[in-house]
Amino acid sequence: MTDYKMHLLVCGGTGCKAADSDEIRNSLKYWIEQTGMEDDAQVVFTGCFGFCEKGPIVKVLPGNTFYVGVQPGDAEEIVKEHLVKGRPVQRLLYTDPVTKEEISDSKGMEFYKKQMRIALRNCGFINPENIEEYISRDGYMALGKCLTELSPQEVISEIKESGLRGRGGGGFPTGLKWEITNKSEADQKYVVCNADEGDPGAFMDRSILEGDPHSIIEAMAICGYCIGADKGLVYIRAEYPLAIERLKIALNQAREYGLLGEDILGTGFNFDISIRLGAGAFVCGEETALIHSMEGLRGEPTFKPPFPSVSGYLGKPTNVNNVETFANVPVIINKGANWFNKIGTEKSKGTKVFALAGKINNIGLIEVPMGTTLREVIYDIGGGIKDGKEFKSVQTGGPSGGCLTKDFLDTPIDYDNLIAAGSMMGSGGMIVMDEDDCMVSIAKFYLEFTLEESCGKCSPCRIGNKRLHEMLDKITKGEGEEKDIERLKMLSHVIKDTSLCGLGQSSPNPVLSTIANFEDEYLAHVNEKKCPSGQCKDLLKYEVVEDLCTGCTLCFRNCPVGAITGERRQPHYIDQSICIKCGVCYWKCKFNAIKLS
Amino acid sequence: MDTIQLTIDNKPVVVKKGITILDAASSVGIHIPTLCHMKLDDLNIENRPGGCRICVVEVEGRRNLAPACCTEVADGMVINSHSIRVINARQTVLELILSDHPADCLICAKSGKCELQDMAHHLGIREIHYKGEQSTYREDTSPAIIRDVDKCIMCRRCEMMCNEVQTVGVLSAINRGFNAVVSPAFEMNLDHSVCTYCGQCVAVCPTGALTEVDQTAQVVRALSDPTKTVVVQTAPAVRAALGEEFDMEPGTLVTGKLAASLRRLGFNYVFDTDFAADLTIMEEGTEMLNRLSRFLEGDKNVKLPILTSCCPAWVKFFEHQFPQLNDIPSTARSPQQMFGSIAKTYFAEKMGIDREDLVVVSIMPCVAKKYECGRDEFKVNENPDVDYAITTRELAGLIKLANIDFNKLPNEDFDLPLGESTGAGVIFGTTGGVIEAAVRTAYELYTKKPLQKLDFHELRGMEGIRHATIDFAGFPLKIGIAHGLGNARKLLEKIESGESEFHAIEIMSCPGGCIGGGGQPYHHGNAEILKKRQMALYQEDSNKTIRKSHENPYIIQLYEEFLGKPMSEKAHHLLHTEYFDRT
Repeated sequence: MTDYKMHLLVCGGTGCKAADSDEIRNSLKYWIEQTGMEDDAQVVFTGCFGFCEKGPIVKVLPGNTFYVGVQPGDAEEIVKEHLVKGRPVQRLLYTDPVTKEEISDSKGMEFYKKQMRIALRNCGFINPENIEEYISRDGYMALGKCLTELSPQEVISEIKESGLRGRGGGGFPTGLKWEITNKSEADQKYVVCNADEGDPGAFMDRSILEGDPHSIIEAMAICGYCIGADKGLVYIRAEYPLAIERLKIALNQAREYGLLGEDILGTGFNFDISIRLGAGAFVCGEETALIHSMEGLRGEPTFKPPFPSVSGYLGKPTNVNNVETFANVPVIINKGANWFNKIGTEKSKGTKVFALAGKINNIGLIEVPMGTTLREVIYDIGGGIKDGKEFKSVQTGGPSGGCLTKDFLDTPIDYDNLIAAGSMMGSGGMIVMDEDDCMVSIAKFYLEFTLEESCGKCSPCRIGNKRLHEMLDKITKGEGEEKDIERLKMLSHVIKDTSLCGLGQSSPNPVLSTIANFEDEYLAHVNEKKCPSGQCKDLLKYEVVEDLCTGCTLCFRNCPVGAITGERRQPHYIDQSICIKCGVCYWKCKFNAIKLS
Repeated sequence: MDTIQLTIDNKPVVVKKGITILDAASSVGIHIPTLCHMKLDDLNIENRPGGCRICVVEVEGRRNLAPACCTEVADGMVINSHSIRVINARQTVLELILSDHPADCLICAKSGKCELQDMAHHLGIREIHYKGEQSTYREDTSPAIIRDVDKCIMCRRCEMMCNEVQTVGVLSAINRGFNAVVSPAFEMNLDHSVCTYCGQCVAVCPTGALTEVDQTAQVVRALSDPTKTVVVQTAPAVRAALGEEFDMEPGTLVTGKLAASLRRLGFNYVFDTDFAADLTIMEEGTEMLNRLSRFLEGDKNVKLPILTSCCPAWVKFFEHQFPQLNDIPSTARSPQQMFGSIAKTYFAEKMGIDREDLVVVSIMPCVAKKYECGRDEFKVNENPDVDYAITTRELAGLIKLANIDFNKLPNEDFDLPLGESTGAGVIFGTTGGVIEAAVRTAYELYTKKPLQKLDFHELRGMEGIRHATIDFAGFPLKIGIAHGLGNARKLLEKIESGESEFHAIEIMSCPGGCIGGGGQPYHHGNAEILKKRQMALYQEDSNKTIRKSHENPYIIQLYEEFLGKPMSEKAHHLLHTEYFDRT
């Protein structure tokens, strides 16, 4: 990157690509050529910057000028103004929603201030399709160090010492897992990277693979060295075409550079990686199901033990780690366990990547040190709740997690605190809900998801979740009874207690946590047949306030099902038996004459 | 032996290391209920998906409940198999299963023999608290097996049998979540699949999801038709198992009561498939000797080993999976079909009955026999040699329907001429029996010397694949035996690769042979029952005065009066068959 005076980093993550960032890149290149800047400025297509809410993003170095919401048509101005004349394009800068100030340098933005990027260190900085750029940022240095200076046991000790725990959700100590796999004796062992990311709204792993695939390759090779494996497999969902493409490019480059294959760096260590595509079954994120899927069997879990570390892929010891876990490994080796274990809380070291979603201003991908509070994440980084609404709840841990109330906002995020609060870390999905969200419906939404994604192998998960969903459905339709709430709890506990794998053991969590934290909402549904948030259609009633109705006929003309009758200049009437509760009358009425109850 | 100590229900227990909580508890008389789990000891058959979650127990220090069938014991473990938490969980899980199961027990084919029904009783379920949608699927009827998968509880036993034991690979779990069910691929019908109708899925299904096609009504109709003469044949394995349906000890021989009950049901002639088994030995044994002597003379057109062909599921298996070996099995028809063929020619002529007026019913331990008798090559002008094949279980139903007190029946004999049989015919019902019967005859025909001993213990047992070398007066005859189609596949693969050294191989589809057939009384995972049935057949054999097929006087008479000699043109026409490429 040193040959050029200026670098234009264009986000090439899936989100920004969907918003035409390919075209932005091409336009920038075009205008750089048109202005004769091609020897001075280079366009780099990077991985995700994280601030997806404001994409597509273009960052100009030097100066860290951060342009948001860039359109292909803006390329000309960026080149002519910023590159040629040195005048940043003010209108494309980020405006702080509170101070209303335009912020040029991303480091000054609230979204980035409290972040600490270890796993995402290269995302948005380098061209993921160029191994040289990875190498220039200390890439493959850790692998070299391990192969030439450290014994497998020393590397394992370093990982243990770092306190790194599995980022896929379970939080199992990574070094310990490596050690167990190392000690399992076999003629063949495997390293598997679990890239079957499936939580609704989560895209941590995808972004890492799209933005920094070499970090995963390097870490897998290190793991292979530690456990005594010469084969690695990345199990990635076929719905991640860009990540797969970039990973393939990276694998080929690594092989060309002798960083994969036979006799790596002349040390006699052999290691190569192949890709296995998943068909999008959520349960295949569970490691035994993942392994069965790779073996060509039905993607469903089996009882543990034996753990994959002892008997995994093709019956051989297999070390399965998540993408984000691997992404941390090279940094730990380079900077040392003692650097890493100073970050975070007592039992949760390092950082965690979260995918912020829901009713929050700054939707995107963030990485924060363990111990950051939910409040900091939601209000400082996330910029608070959309449209100035009231915060109601935050859901962590994906479909297996729980919904936490404002009482937990000051909880420092780590594995144990979230479990104590009734939720879990999970893989890093974080969905924020506001006053308009009905918590019964939220629980129902997650149950719908697990219902679809349960493999159906064990009875409590296969049938129990169906029954939970049916009860929730009844409640949202106003057909529930108070005893249903007790029954929901009872059944939830049994499903958790008896299910075969992590999916069923955690699928009732959204139900239990919403009942625990928002019981009044459940009671309103069952006793008063009311949805306090006005989300449950079946409990809504649109009525005409006769005193306010002018008989303008606007509602009558717009009702799609002909539920409204009335003479001109006379109060109108809504026939409840016909009304489908679409709300058109409510939104169309200019006189506030439609009442929602 | 490494032992460990643990506590189950406050009882200190010392058990072998590495066993499951289920087995540890069972060793001290604590029977933890199971539903999906099934284990046939000695046959290496086990279904242990850990899916039903009925067997969960509480293990101190563990976050959630542990499935007893899958969890290995550990030193110092403290287990509670009936705490309130466990009972509540177990009952709730069962209620969930019942909530997705048709409540038509009263009219279900499996009523009274259903493990789910028993479990509901055992766990004292009096109300299903969780009601909701039930999964529904299309019913699939084939010539032998009915799949009513609304009743499937996803125990996966059938899948394990079909894939791991039989390697047929028709049944597997499809769909996800609430819609998950066991089915042929793409939900195709069984009769479009490579299903062999071995019926082992039926034999292990705990509910009424898999049952045989019930033909008792057709049999009753034939019996009440005055224009029809109805003859019945009963397979060897039936007599060793039918008693179980009437609460007798497994392994009780009920040959005499069986004949008596059939007579009371109104069959005009009560015959025995064992007679046809003797006939099979005459044909198959002769064919074996022919092939063997031509082979020894250096005839390159002769292929060995010769494979037995009595088992219709096995025949369908190799027609689908190894059609390139279609010329290896013996061309001899199965005893059921030989009987039908002889009954509708020799016997019909003898009695002056038109073929169309003679109805042949067979009582079989097998569901594939229903399919076999419908095969086109076993029909003459659309009229099948065997009209109906009903299972041991269906016969028990008929006996009950006719108000016959089976236990009090006297012992009666079969009718002549097609009811006389030898000990060799009887042991056709167990793995190793066909080849032992063949050896008894072939030895004497080959060596022209009488056998010194008739019991070939080296051919007996329950090992999945067995082999023995029998000294044929200096010639070492190498024999292979396989039961279970997965074991058969192993031998076939060796034949294909040219590694097989055998001269003759006996194959039976069902584990244990016909005694473990898909139409037998349900064994519910108790392998002891199969062993007792096997012992009963050997007992019957040793009780017989004539124990070699070629000494059966009515077989001799049949050849003299009708067939000429084994492998004659007439015999070839009536008693042999051909095989088809079904790929």
